[in-house]
Amino acid sequence: MTTTATLSKKDFQTDQEVRWCPGCGDYAILSAVQSVFPELGVAREKFVVVSGIGCSSRFPYYMNTYGFHTIHGRAPAIATGLKLARPELEVWIATGDGDALSIGGNHLIHTLRRNVGVKILMFNNRIYGLTKGQYSPTSELGKRTKSSPYGSVDYPFNALSVAIGAGATFVARSVDVFQQHLKQTLKAAAAHRGTAFVEIYQNCNIFNDKAFAHLTEKEVRDDALVELENGKPLVFGKARDRGVRLNGTELEVISFADGFGPQDCLVWDETRPNPAIAFMAAQMDSPRFPVPIGVLRKVDLPTFESGMSAQIQRETEKRGAGSLDKLLVAGETWTVHEDGSIS
Amino acid sequence: MSLPTVEPDSRTAREVAREKVDDVVIRFAGDSGDGMQVTGGQFTNTSALVGNDLATFPDFPAEIRAPAGTLPGVSAFQVRIADYDIHTPGDAPDVLVAMNPAALKVNLRDLKTNGILIVNTDEFEERNFKKAGYAADPLEDGSLDSYRVFRVPLATLTRRALEGSGLDAKSQERCKNFFALGMAYWLFSRPLEATVRWLEKKFAARGDLAAANVKVLKAGWNYCDITEAFQVRYEVEPARLPPGTYRNVTGNTALALGLVAASRKSGLSLFQGAYPITPASDLLHELAQFKHFGVTTFQAEDEIAAVCAAIGASFGGALAVTSTSGPGLALKSEAMNLAVMVELPLVVVNIQRGGPSTGLPTKTEQADLLQSLFGRNGESPLPVLAASSPADCFLRAIEACRIALRHMTPVVLLSDGYLANGSEPWRLPRVEDLPDFPVEFRTSPEGFAPYLRDAQTLARPWAVPGTPGLEHRIGGLEKQDGSGNVSYDALNHERMVRLRAEKVERVQREIPDLEVHGDPLGGPLLVLGWGSTEGSITGAVNLARRAGAPVSRAHLHHLNPFPRNLSEVLARFERVLVPELNSGQLALLLQGRFLKPVLGFQKVQGKPFFRHDIHQRILEVLELVR
Repeated sequence: MTTTATLSKKDFQTDQEVRWCPGCGDYAILSAVQSVFPELGVAREKFVVVSGIGCSSRFPYYMNTYGFHTIHGRAPAIATGLKLARPELEVWIATGDGDALSIGGNHLIHTLRRNVGVKILMFNNRIYGLTKGQYSPTSELGKRTKSSPYGSVDYPFNALSVAIGAGATFVARSVDVFQQHLKQTLKAAAAHRGTAFVEIYQNCNIFNDKAFAHLTEKEVRDDALVELENGKPLVFGKARDRGVRLNGTELEVISFADGFGPQDCLVWDETRPNPAIAFMAAQMDSPRFPVPIGVLRKVDLPTFESGMSAQIQRETEKRGAGSLDKLLVAGETWTVHEDGSIS
Repeated sequence: MSLPTVEPDSRTAREVAREKVDDVVIRFAGDSGDGMQVTGGQFTNTSALVGNDLATFPDFPAEIRAPAGTLPGVSAFQVRIADYDIHTPGDAPDVLVAMNPAALKVNLRDLKTNGILIVNTDEFEERNFKKAGYAADPLEDGSLDSYRVFRVPLATLTRRALEGSGLDAKSQERCKNFFALGMAYWLFSRPLEATVRWLEKKFAARGDLAAANVKVLKAGWNYCDITEAFQVRYEVEPARLPPGTYRNVTGNTALALGLVAASRKSGLSLFQGAYPITPASDLLHELAQFKHFGVTTFQAEDEIAAVCAAIGASFGGALAVTSTSGPGLALKSEAMNLAVMVELPLVVVNIQRGGPSTGLPTKTEQADLLQSLFGRNGESPLPVLAASSPADCFLRAIEACRIALRHMTPVVLLSDGYLANGSEPWRLPRVEDLPDFPVEFRTSPEGFAPYLRDAQTLARPWAVPGTPGLEHRIGGLEKQDGSGNVSYDALNHERMVRLRAEKVERVQREIPDLEVHGDPLGGPLLVLGWGSTEGSITGAVNLARRAGAPVSRAHLHHLNPFPRNLSEVLARFERVLVPELNSGQLALLLQGRFLKPVLGFQKVQGKPFFRHDIHQRILEVLELVR
């Protein structure tokens, strides 16, 4: 019915009125996803967008695919069941920092460790938006919000570190306003067969405006961010005159003015089986380090659903398709005959 | 004490009296590491194969291995065998096998006066008396005078039987439960073959262990055969059960088989999401074996993920089940409400246990009825069914699936620890006699909207992802009637609340009328039960009726909606007695719904009703006793 060749962005837009606040970063993410989906060569009816609760989780209503707006934190669990039942579907999860890392933290890490073939887009705005402005598990220490009038005393989660620590096979970060980078990251996620975890820095212009401005504004971004590109050295700066090198067991920023050059920088390899360096990169934070965007980790491992299907297939081949008659009479049975005798 | 020398397989032709009994209750009790569950299970299987009717009641502690010799560590298995149709595992044992002083202490109070008591004297020593709270040796202080006591040094005799076997002392010690089993087989004239077969299969990889246990089993048998102490052997004739093929089945096994059968009969793949919890884990263990039936079992990270994954699978078109026990049901409640809102089929199996909180994990209770009906936020109706016996679990599981699929609704199926672990002979149904209930997914985009309803059932269409042209969004926010779009409209909300309730109420059209056993036209007293109490109630009512008492009984398998004739049945009787293993939850429902006063009768001890409990109460209510 739907032929993938003719799909366009418009095919993924719904007639529902989008109800995010004007100026919200979610619009940009929606636009990027609607642009990328038609390019994936997948029929529209094969897409399912699953979400939890929060501003980001309204996402499925605005995507003209199958969609399931579930309950707070549970999207990964629901998506896991769906993917196990229907491995051929393209299952994407839209979630936020509170949804994924707080109430749903357990489901997130277990989905990642199992390597379920779903894509997780975690919109990180470092605030609870839908409940009107409480600090979130990614809010910075000392943050003043309605629920932390004297400053938050919670140490924040680093989402990428959590994902890498949980054994994620694909971990990336992008930014709502970097449309090209975001689309390219989404495509890389789509091409990964295991769980793809993408943290998207997203501005909440109502409750946490400019949370990422120090990283993403035009004037500062080249100095504040480093783009990870597979096979390329970690060079950054407006003049591309600085880099990150591995010195012993530590990453450090080096300045080419001090006699260093690109050849001294760490060459990014997203496919390293050992997650240690990806974890160190995830920990890079301003102002000491440039903050990394791009793909931190991409390793190929069999998926959870393929392992489950393989067992079913193997057992069916070995034992033959189950017979209900045989199943019921399994074990020790006896027969009572019409004359009352027993055998 | 001089011990007889036991040569395995020596069978002396001693004159032994034989006595026929129609009904006997045996309880094996020991430390949780003594293998009492295996011993009882073997006695049960053998008895099933000789054709007795039977019922079992395993009773074990929540701790895997409480300190040896202590009261909390006592594990017991009660089995009742009879030559007629019985309904319960019996109130009081006729025979108690006590492997140590603690087992004696915990179980002696239940043993019938003049009952047979077999004690393992090897464990009767100072150290163990203290652990069991005995001031002195109970074998010597006259406290056992009203029982027929057999003192048997089980461990010593086991070691003697295994001399030269090459087994280490610890492995030898572990065989002693089979000595006790061999004795029980002799005493009740059971054949050894089924257990020998079982041992050979179980220890296929350890021939020495199989041989040792078989040797000890026979040694126990021979010990009774040659020891003058045992003067009588008992015989229990086969019961006259209806013709058919039988197997012994526990409630959890029957549930698992019912779910697989429902998968076949509906044509859908079975998906089970579960998190380990006592006493529901066996359902996960059973279903995990059925990969070749296309069953997917997902052991989730927690109870919430288990139900959520099942909902996800249901969205994808699977027959979705999640199984748990009380505390797990509490955790699942928000997700169950999501299933109510998005109107997807889901079967939630709750194997109830003693509560509140962690409560009594290995003990039985019926205290989750109100939780199942009302334990969710908002107006959240869903059908609730309850199985009434281990074998009934099979058909009830199929019925729960059928209702869920036909009405697009989550369904709660209640069982409990007593049904889950207890067993009885099950007359196997013929697969072709079980009706098919094929499911039709929506495929046509013509006039499709996700919340349009079937005129008969009010079920919404099941349109699964992957179907071209039916792309739609569902979720936990209130839905606009028909379109399924998010709606905050006040009147629409009220309409949807009523529609969801009406949809569940219409399930009543498909459930059978409540049947009255006894005097269908009415009388002075009806005993109305639900769930696992059916056996005890039936036994008690039959006993009272045999003595001429004007009492009838009826049993509810459908707690929501109730059978359509329930109100009218209640009206036919002057009084209604409602026995429950809770503080009166069904009684509350009945009185609230029908304004009919009922007499509650409660037991909340983590144990099933004895037949005697209910019989006595019937006589009291009828003023036949004071």
